Amino acid sequence: MGMPQGAIEIENLSKEYPYGFLSLKKKKSLEDLTMSVEDGEVFGFLGPNGAGKSTTIKLLMRLIFPTAGTARILGKSIDDVEMHGSIGYLPEQPYFYDYLTAYEVLDYFARFHGLTGSDRAARVAAMLKKVGLDTAKKIQLRKYSKGMLQRVGLAQAILHEPKVVVLDEPMSGLDPLGRREVRDIILDLKRDGRTVLFSTHVLSDAEMLCDRVGVIVGGKLRGIGAPGELMDMKAQGMEILFELSGAAGNLPLLANATRTGDRYHVQLPEAELYAALDALKAAGARILSVAQIKPTLEEYFMHLVEADRAQATAVEVSGK
Amino acid sequence: MRNVQTVAANTFREAVRDRVLYNLVFFALLMIGVAILVGQISIGIERDVIVSLGLTAISVIGIFISIFLGVALVSKEMDKRTLYALLAKPVKRWEFLLGKFVGLVMTLTVNTAAMSAGLYIALWTVNHGLQKGDAYILAAVYLILLKLALIVALALLFSCFTTPFLAILFTAGVYVAGLFAGDLRTVHGVELDPGALQLVRGISYLLPNFENFNVMGAAVHGHGIPGTIVWQATLYAILYIAIVLTGAAIVFSRRNLK
Repeated sequence: MGMPQGAIEIENLSKEYPYGFLSLKKKKSLEDLTMSVEDGEVFGFLGPNGAGKSTTIKLLMRLIFPTAGTARILGKSIDDVEMHGSIGYLPEQPYFYDYLTAYEVLDYFARFHGLTGSDRAARVAAMLKKVGLDTAKKIQLRKYSKGMLQRVGLAQAILHEPKVVVLDEPMSGLDPLGRREVRDIILDLKRDGRTVLFSTHVLSDAEMLCDRVGVIVGGKLRGIGAPGELMDMKAQGMEILFELSGAAGNLPLLANATRTGDRYHVQLPEAELYAALDALKAAGARILSVAQIKPTLEEYFMHLVEADRAQATAVEVSGK
Repeated sequence: MRNVQTVAANTFREAVRDRVLYNLVFFALLMIGVAILVGQISIGIERDVIVSLGLTAISVIGIFISIFLGVALVSKEMDKRTLYALLAKPVKRWEFLLGKFVGLVMTLTVNTAAMSAGLYIALWTVNHGLQKGDAYILAAVYLILLKLALIVALALLFSCFTTPFLAILFTAGVYVAGLFAGDLRTVHGVELDPGALQLVRGISYLLPNFENFNVMGAAVHGHGIPGTIVWQATLYAILYIAIVLTGAAIVFSRRNLK
């Protein structure tokens, strides 16, 4: 046995699209992507629209073909069609045959996984229940809302109990309740030991669900790691929340505080924390909380996006 | 083969649910109209008129369905992105293509069979029974079906590498050119230099010769249709379809979806 294998291993994957007159120009939509998703982890693929998330996923699914590089899933080349029986895929904004009912479409997909009659019926019924489409199973998909189609898409992706599940923007088009259900399904998959790779631009989803995230901007991987690791762990200061009723006196601290009724909220450097707490105690304030200020994933993400834009502008300027 | 079957069955189901078979109503009305009309005006040629019109309608309706649905088989799935989830499953792209082809040919077979039944009913009504020569209509219908299958294969090939609009034009163009393939082979007496003449002849052998499937004259007049014509046309269609579908599969296997 060699090194432990990741569930998904991507090596130097690149994709260029020809465009313009006679397709002479090339647009790089993914550049030299190397990363891996470990067995059993939930991995979030983050990036703004057009960053290359869907391109990567489509490359893994063999819907498009790479200009360079390779990828392996479960130790097998993505060219291996049989391997695709062990993975599940939810396309972005999924669309299915609208002349079929939800039951029929799932039954149709189940056939490609070699499920036999009774097994198929049981699996499809259970799956419809799981994604909350049990009552709508006999309605043709042409009458479905976007959110309902998303659920059908999710159901077909996990119907055959795949080891690796790849979801392209699974939360898009869903109401808060639907998002919650998708989150629960992802957590269920994780609990069952399955590997999940999903793309999103909703950072709170990633923060809540992912063991690790990869941030892709402008076709390049800009950062990869646990959400906590990625953001600079060094606290950027302290935050105190306190109550102070009546006359506040002339506490210098209050100059920088935000007030809501009797409650105050103040941010200050860590070195000044104890002096501030002493002063508040002396003034008779009731301390409600003291916390470190950490950058959010959103701030980290915005930082990367802005850096990429600045770089692109710089290249453009030097190019002229 | 299980995957091919599954795709084929679903393609057939799509055609039925999208009311493709409604064209049969049009055909039925046409047959009823013709039967009433010839009953009133023609003397002795009722049979010829009905068979001729019936077979022409079966062929023309079939050609329209083959070209338009044939092109839509793959292009509609790419456009609506319904094949994304499917191709990520353990399905080879050629299996998908072959399934689509078989599904539409199944649809055409049912459609053509129903129209043929309509034609026989019209004949029976007008002639108060059927004659021995009427059996040859079946052979003519069978050859029409072979022709339709070949058109579907061509439509599928073109739709694999170009836009639906162009694919329709190309398929229709090859069909019309294919009707004259025989004439091109025997072209002479035209002022062309030998090189150009060779080229024209070369092209004529590449084009599908749709005249191979035309036995309408014999069927209309109740003449016999030799078995050789039938089996040769069958072999020709199978070979040509196999080559065209292989080409389509090669193109489609490397096609980047949007």
